[in-house]
Amino acid sequence: MTMHTLSVLVENKPGVLARVSGLFSRRGFNIDSLAVGETENPDVSRITIVVNAESSPLEQVTKQLNKLVNVLKIVELDPQVSVARELLLVKVRADRAARAQVLETVSLFRARVVDVAPDTLTIEATGTPDKLDALLRDLEPFGIKEMVQSGLVAIGRGSRSITAGPALRAA
Amino acid sequence: MTRPTPETLAHSARRARATAEPATTTDPVGAARTAAGPAVPAVRTPAPAQVSGAGSLVRSLEALGVEVVFGIPGGAILPAYDPLYDSSVRHILVRHEQGAGHAATGYAQATGRVGVCIATSGPGATNLVTPIADAYMDSVPMVAITGQVARPSIGTDAFQEADIQGITLPITKHNFLVQSAEEIPRVLAEAFHLASTGRPGPVLVDIPKDVLQAATTFAWPPTLDLPGYRPTLHPHGKQIREAARLMTTARRPVLYVGGGVLKAGATEGLRKLAEVTGIPVVTTLMALGAFPDSHDQHLGMPGMHGTVAAVYGLQKSDLIVALGARFDDRVTGKLDSFAPDATIVHADIDPAEIGKNRHVDVPIVGDARHVIDELIAAVTVEHAAGRSADLSDWWTQLRDLRERYPLGYDEPSDGTLSPQYVISRLGEIAGPDAIYVAGVGQHQMWASQFISYEKPHTWLNSGGLGTMGYAVPAAMGAKVGKPDTVVWAVDGDGCFQMTNQELATCALEGIPVKIAVINNGNLGMVRQWQTLFYNERYSNTELGTHKHRIPDFVKLAEALGCVGLRCENAADVDKTIEAAMAIDDAPVVIDFVVGKDAMVWPMVAAGTSNDEIMFARGVRPVFDEDDI
Repeated sequence: MTMHTLSVLVENKPGVLARVSGLFSRRGFNIDSLAVGETENPDVSRITIVVNAESSPLEQVTKQLNKLVNVLKIVELDPQVSVARELLLVKVRADRAARAQVLETVSLFRARVVDVAPDTLTIEATGTPDKLDALLRDLEPFGIKEMVQSGLVAIGRGSRSITAGPALRAA
Repeated sequence: MTRPTPETLAHSARRARATAEPATTTDPVGAARTAAGPAVPAVRTPAPAQVSGAGSLVRSLEALGVEVVFGIPGGAILPAYDPLYDSSVRHILVRHEQGAGHAATGYAQATGRVGVCIATSGPGATNLVTPIADAYMDSVPMVAITGQVARPSIGTDAFQEADIQGITLPITKHNFLVQSAEEIPRVLAEAFHLASTGRPGPVLVDIPKDVLQAATTFAWPPTLDLPGYRPTLHPHGKQIREAARLMTTARRPVLYVGGGVLKAGATEGLRKLAEVTGIPVVTTLMALGAFPDSHDQHLGMPGMHGTVAAVYGLQKSDLIVALGARFDDRVTGKLDSFAPDATIVHADIDPAEIGKNRHVDVPIVGDARHVIDELIAAVTVEHAAGRSADLSDWWTQLRDLRERYPLGYDEPSDGTLSPQYVISRLGEIAGPDAIYVAGVGQHQMWASQFISYEKPHTWLNSGGLGTMGYAVPAAMGAKVGKPDTVVWAVDGDGCFQMTNQELATCALEGIPVKIAVINNGNLGMVRQWQTLFYNERYSNTELGTHKHRIPDFVKLAEALGCVGLRCENAADVDKTIEAAMAIDDAPVVIDFVVGKDAMVWPMVAAGTSNDEIMFARGVRPVFDEDDI
């Protein structure tokens, strides 16, 4: 099984996310991560789905997704030629004694402190899933009080755009 | 009255291509499908008018050329029934929404046009779930219109509220919750376009009551807005040439024909393709009638209860050309051992079907009519170049099997009436012009085996979902669509008790269907499995229609306004059928009291390999492996 990142361009209409996510569960696939947002065209939303699957069942689910009337286009992003990022917000225990060390870790990972309390720091970090895992590993000894992570978003490298195309112009 | 030009629609390119196809077929359904156009078969273009949302709905149905809808009114849909009262659209008041759904399916299957059903919110809508799922599995063009509670009440667990859009997500090709009255004409036009083009299927349109009541302007034709919907109709030339090359070089090829060939109106082309290539043909349960049963190249139906020749033909083939078929488990048996030596050419309009179950060597995405026409041309080119296969050894084997293992049955040893005899006599007397509609179970399999289907759209049944209770309402819908054709439902006593209330609809609406109840007093197919796989422990399969004669089907028929007849012995079969054929002003029900021990053979038991086919109980066909 390998991780695949699918960029699914859909019409920005109510209920489309339920159609897409329902199809995955119905056909027996687990979604590892999912992120949705508008694109440069307000009529088009982009869903980034990370799924762990063999290539042949993945082809079947991609074909089934393509059959959804609100789905405009599906592109599998090759990790070699795309940029993928997640966002992490994490609240770490950081009293006087630990604060300097925590801040050192933050700067090492080029993360940012976004909120300060007497005994905690809230840190924002973006990066690949690997980088965020490494950051969490380093913060863990201080004590993680709470954390939240976004789904992965990804975009191809180079000047080509997957949102260009006749179908999308029509939308 | 003017037809809208294709340019008036957003999908002008796709639509123009579809409508530009020549209506060369002599298949009436295929011709109707093309002539009507896939998108907006508008028969009239009304001027913009101030109406309610409900008025807009009814005017849209009129503009779409809808002649009949099947339904039941209720609170949320009530506004729609007021303009419907004055409309040219005929509304047939059914007795249960399930009947409306299956009637729409029967109508669509018999005519090729979109079948329409209508129900209110909540329980009305949920009663449509079974026929919608049924239409989805069998790719039937259907539009279901449901009332919904008013927009401010949505999500509040209001009286008769059900999230029918959510409920039907997995069983519709697409569905809509209409958000404003202005959307109604566009959504209806899109629903009909989606239902009838590409791989057909059911589309649900849910309309809140306040949207039906709102004031709006009705204008036609609307502009379709379906940027993500682009069915591929024309196959890729390279794949066609590769398929043609294989078809002219294979030694043991088979054409595996599914329901897609009927839906595409490709039956004339199929016959030509078969005759040009000399390749044997098998037709699935959904495709009976796509190729004449009497044709010398027809091996019969493959699958769990298929003929030995058809099952063996696929199993031992070196090339399977699948046309509008989907390698269903009832056809393949145990998938790992299905046709192990076959190269697979798979043509389907739905790319997701290709490679779903069986690895495909030559995938072809396209409408079956175009695929078949282009295959004929490509095969002709191969022949002209002197390349054609010698299939004489293959045919020798298949003919030998066909002769040694024909479809047949033993007369019951207990002197009871044989169900197979009844069904074969019905087929002989009613003939190949009648439409036969089956329920699900033993009677369905016997009707598929012992009636000869010579013409397209003369066999309707619930193939994919296997919906008991399909026959009576589907026959009603078929008869409404084809009033001049004799329509026989072949039903079981179990199935018949699920939906027979629609006979009241038939009696009152002047829909003279004929119902042959193959009454063996039991849930026969389940009983057959209990006989074979559960040590004859008949748990909950005895229905009491023999032992107690409850219900008495003759009295029940009469109570429902039909003529009721009964036949209990072989000597009376012909004259009872003829008596029913002579009645054309009322629905007729014949209670054929048949033996309970008859079984459907041949049989490939569920989960086993097609190699394990049993010709009769304890009888395996003898295949001469050296021949291959």
